[in-house]
Amino acid sequence: MRDRAKLVIIGGGVSGLGTAYHLAKSGFTDIVLIERGYFGSGATGRCGGGIRQQFSEEYNIILARESVRMFEKMSEELNQDIGFRQGGYLILAHTEEEAEHLRENVRLQNSLDVPSRYMDPSEALDIVPHLNIEGLSAAAYCPTDGVSQPFLVVKGYVDTLKKMGVELHDHTEVKGIKVENGEIKKVITDKGDIETNMVLNAAGAWSAKIAEMAGVEMPNKPYRHEILATEHMKPWLRPMIISFHTGIYFSQSHDGEIVGGIGDPDEPSSFRIDSSLEFLERFASVAVRYIPVMKKLKVLRQWAGLYDVTPDARPILGPVDELPGLIQANGYSGHGFMIHPMVTKLLAEYIIDGKTSIDIEPLNLRRFKTGEIIQEANVVG
Amino acid sequence: MTGIVCRCMDVTKEDLLNAIEEGYTDIESIKRVTGLGRGPCQGKTCVPIAIGIIARATGKHPDEVGYITPRPPTKPIFLEQLADEEVKE
Ligand SMILES: Cc1cc2nc3c(=O)[nH]c(=O)nc-3n(C[C@H](O)[C@H](O)[C@H](O)COP(=O)(O)OP(=O)(O)OC[C@H]3O[C@@H](n4cnc5c(N)ncnc54)[C@H](O)[C@@H]3O)c2cc1C
Repeated sequence: MRDRAKLVIIGGGVSGLGTAYHLAKSGFTDIVLIERGYFGSGATGRCGGGIRQQFSEEYNIILARESVRMFEKMSEELNQDIGFRQGGYLILAHTEEEAEHLRENVRLQNSLDVPSRYMDPSEALDIVPHLNIEGLSAAAYCPTDGVSQPFLVVKGYVDTLKKMGVELHDHTEVKGIKVENGEIKKVITDKGDIETNMVLNAAGAWSAKIAEMAGVEMPNKPYRHEILATEHMKPWLRPMIISFHTGIYFSQSHDGEIVGGIGDPDEPSSFRIDSSLEFLERFASVAVRYIPVMKKLKVLRQWAGLYDVTPDARPILGPVDELPGLIQANGYSGHGFMIHPMVTKLLAEYIIDGKTSIDIEPLNLRRFKTGEIIQEANVVG
Repeated sequence: MTGIVCRCMDVTKEDLLNAIEEGYTDIESIKRVTGLGRGPCQGKTCVPIAIGIIARATGKHPDEVGYITPRPPTKPIFLEQLADEEVKE
């Protein structure tokens, strides 16, 4: 391992790998990336791979829209099929209030060039003929939303970065960060130390621990989220189905399995990633209520991962005021995979030029001190 | 010589050797890169065979290649066996 680098990236998920990729593409390759497990072993390799632009808040809509444009070209760019399939996202509402929210969201999304549509439940049958619309008040559909396979994205980045000459270390753990006079001096790992003045904190749910090593406090909290995959089938389910009412999401991946999860509002913050029978029961009950034919579908496996949750469900990006060499790239809650292409491009712009093509200042860590917080409402789980 | 290692997902010995050549030498990464062990048997048949192949090709001890984290349920199970009759809203 090298003992010196301009930038050390901590975390081999989409946040760290994506930023490394955009930096290297611009010629910045003096990077060492450190990952404790295998690449993608954090939330990234465990995630549902869902990609949606149907957010409630302008900034998230723009990040997601730009990211979709980048996902569309990613297989070609990384020379790796990332299993990207644009079957849309169908959002189901149960109450009149939820229907009104969907209508408002669609209006805002359309004004930002996102082609979502508000519809009656009966129209949703054109998209998913197996849907049971009883009890639904409305739906919204955006045909350019979709899914992709997270570990194929990870593989695309890892293989490409190696070819570009970026040094990546898996199975290597960051143990400490040495700070002197308000400047980062060194990253300490279990395989040796790296002298550096700049660290990208892309450690997902463990980001607060990394920041703590440098004496910086963060509000991120880890939450377990469970997920499952069924047996493989021929394509029959076009969109990702989600509901903010029941907290469920599921879609058919490009190799045919249904992948889905359901949030548990009572889940306490913790680092546990074990699996529960209770999750299977909750998922099965809601999924079968929406699509009765799924009764005859078999669950093959279940697992869990951690959401890295901030108080306003929006990421924390950019430098820390009191320690500018520490750059944050974390706090993505349940939607880090879908916005990572644009977010990591912006982070690379910041690292190279000190400025970004879309302002990331509103997402600086300092907002939790100054109280300038805008909440994202459209989150599942 | 080539042959099917994972019958559910059609992963061949050659696929494994290609992944190793690309630098993926632990079983968790190889599972994700090749699809090995992600079908109906969930790796019960193929993973032990794959570990042997990876160990021989990399010169690692089989323990270093690792083993995939076993995921519940033990056997595939119908959603209807799990679903509540009365769905809570
Ligand atoms: C069940 C589930 C479903 C999800 N579904 C979706 C979805 O459908 N769509 C979507 O957009 N998002 C989804 N998400 C969220 C998404 O997975 C995350 O937002 C995203 O992957 C975050 O990427 P990351 O790189 O920030 O973090 P991670 O992928 O967690 O990467 C952080 C890495 O840092 C490493 N690390 C931590 N500490 C250290 C250390 N001390 N030294 C070295 N390395 C360290 C970890 O091992 C880890 O690999 C889901 C998440 C879960 C858990």
